[in-house]
Amino acid sequence: MRISLRAVIRLCQVLVVLPLGSAAHAANSETDFKAAYAAADAAEREAGRLRNQWLATEAALTEAKKAAEKRDFDQAVAAAREAEALAKASIFQATNEKEAWKTLEIR
Amino acid sequence: MASSIRVRAIANGETTDVQTLIQHPMDSGFIKDDKGAFIPAHYIKELTFEHNGKPVFIADWGTAVSKDPYVKFAFKGGAKGDDLKVSWIDNKGESDIATFKIQ
Amino acid sequence: MRFWLTTLAILWVAHPACAADGIDPAADARAFRNFFVQKFPNVKLEDFANGPYALNEDMRRQWEEKEQFPPYEFSLEMGKELFAKPFVNGKHYADCFPDRGIGVRQDYPQFDDKSGKVVTLELALNRCREANGERAITYTGDDMAALTAYMAFTSRGKPFNIKIPDDPRALEAYENGKRYFYTRRGQLNFSCATCHVQNPGERLRAEVLAPALGILNAMPIYRSEWGSMGTTSRRFTTCNSQVRGVPLEPQSDEYRDLEYFLSYVSNGLPISGPGSRP
Repeated sequence: MRISLRAVIRLCQVLVVLPLGSAAHAANSETDFKAAYAAADAAEREAGRLRNQWLATEAALTEAKKAAEKRDFDQAVAAAREAEALAKASIFQATNEKEAWKTLEIR
Repeated sequence: MASSIRVRAIANGETTDVQTLIQHPMDSGFIKDDKGAFIPAHYIKELTFEHNGKPVFIADWGTAVSKDPYVKFAFKGGAKGDDLKVSWIDNKGESDIATFKIQ
Repeated sequence: MRFWLTTLAILWVAHPACAADGIDPAADARAFRNFFVQKFPNVKLEDFANGPYALNEDMRRQWEEKEQFPPYEFSLEMGKELFAKPFVNGKHYADCFPDRGIGVRQDYPQFDDKSGKVVTLELALNRCREANGERAITYTGDDMAALTAYMAFTSRGKPFNIKIPDDPRALEAYENGKRYFYTRRGQLNFSCATCHVQNPGERLRAEVLAPALGILNAMPIYRSEWGSMGTTSRRFTTCNSQVRGVPLEPQSDEYRDLEYFLSYVSNGLPISGPGSRP
């Protein structure tokens, strides 16, 4: 099927308007931050219950809060997501170590 | 109040071996307190040991010397029963002097 | 046949401080000691109480020289004064301890039957204060360090004498302490064992690591790094932050149990405190 030049131009016009995998997505809002922080905080609390929190997690949570206070929600969300990842890693560590500690035991 | 200077000086043939422990904060001025304020520098500037009125060891100190400094050295001469006078003065003008018998 | 089987079963279960779930502190302590003795055959058993000085000649020489005028002298003197000072109600620390608190350090930590928990020396001192109308002092502070330094000094040379009664709660506390010791934690993913079982005598940056056997015998320690005397609580919390983990509260159950385990496996080794370390 032969495609006319006009059709190609129309297609390009449509493609430009469609938001397809663009890096410049909408900026994070305060709501986004609150959700991200809540998730990170919940994970850190779980790590606390397991008595295995990391200093880096606490630092990331503090950074997230500070950025939010300055209304830089992109930074705040990024820091909150990092905090959540760190908290989850510490939870994984604690859970894994429940059995893994025995490999180090002197018997 | 007890002296800040403790000394053990032992005559050893031709030389005398001296050990000293001095109680002093030796604050460098770079450390902050709990409230975030710098603790002002407070350190011994000069430490002098005298035997029979003659200085046998003089130290010019600054902020690099740690808290409660310990010094060990030996000098030629000195006999059991002789006096060894130790004195220091710090950057705030505070000082201390003590005299010990060589053992 | 049944008679003998029953007898054996009774004897096995009645083994002192050995629960049916396989907690055997005495066997652990033997294995612990053998591990270090085999790893360092040239070190005398009691010398393990001197930590890195048992494993490094140069450090030992410097330490022996300084022991004639140890850096902890001032804290030790302060500790003696603090210990003798009466509380507002007229009583003393001596009233809270057996033998007036002199020469008793080697018996701590001990299992407290009433509370069902481990009581360390630091905890006992603060409980003494509170029982006599005084406020508790910071576990990581200078006063607690000075007091425990004085009490350790009066016990110098006495062998660690930690008891684990035949009580499932005591055995559990011991086992908790052991588990804590071997569990990896913090962002650096180190356990206490990583440094003090796998790498004693090796360097961690500029420090020479101490062996876990006898590691609490020198507590409290004057650390040149701190420029002051520091308690076991201070060391536990700073070790946690050094592996990038959030420290627990001083004298948390975990720390008390850890101290119980580490002290027990060092039974027989002499108290060398207060110690000095780089």
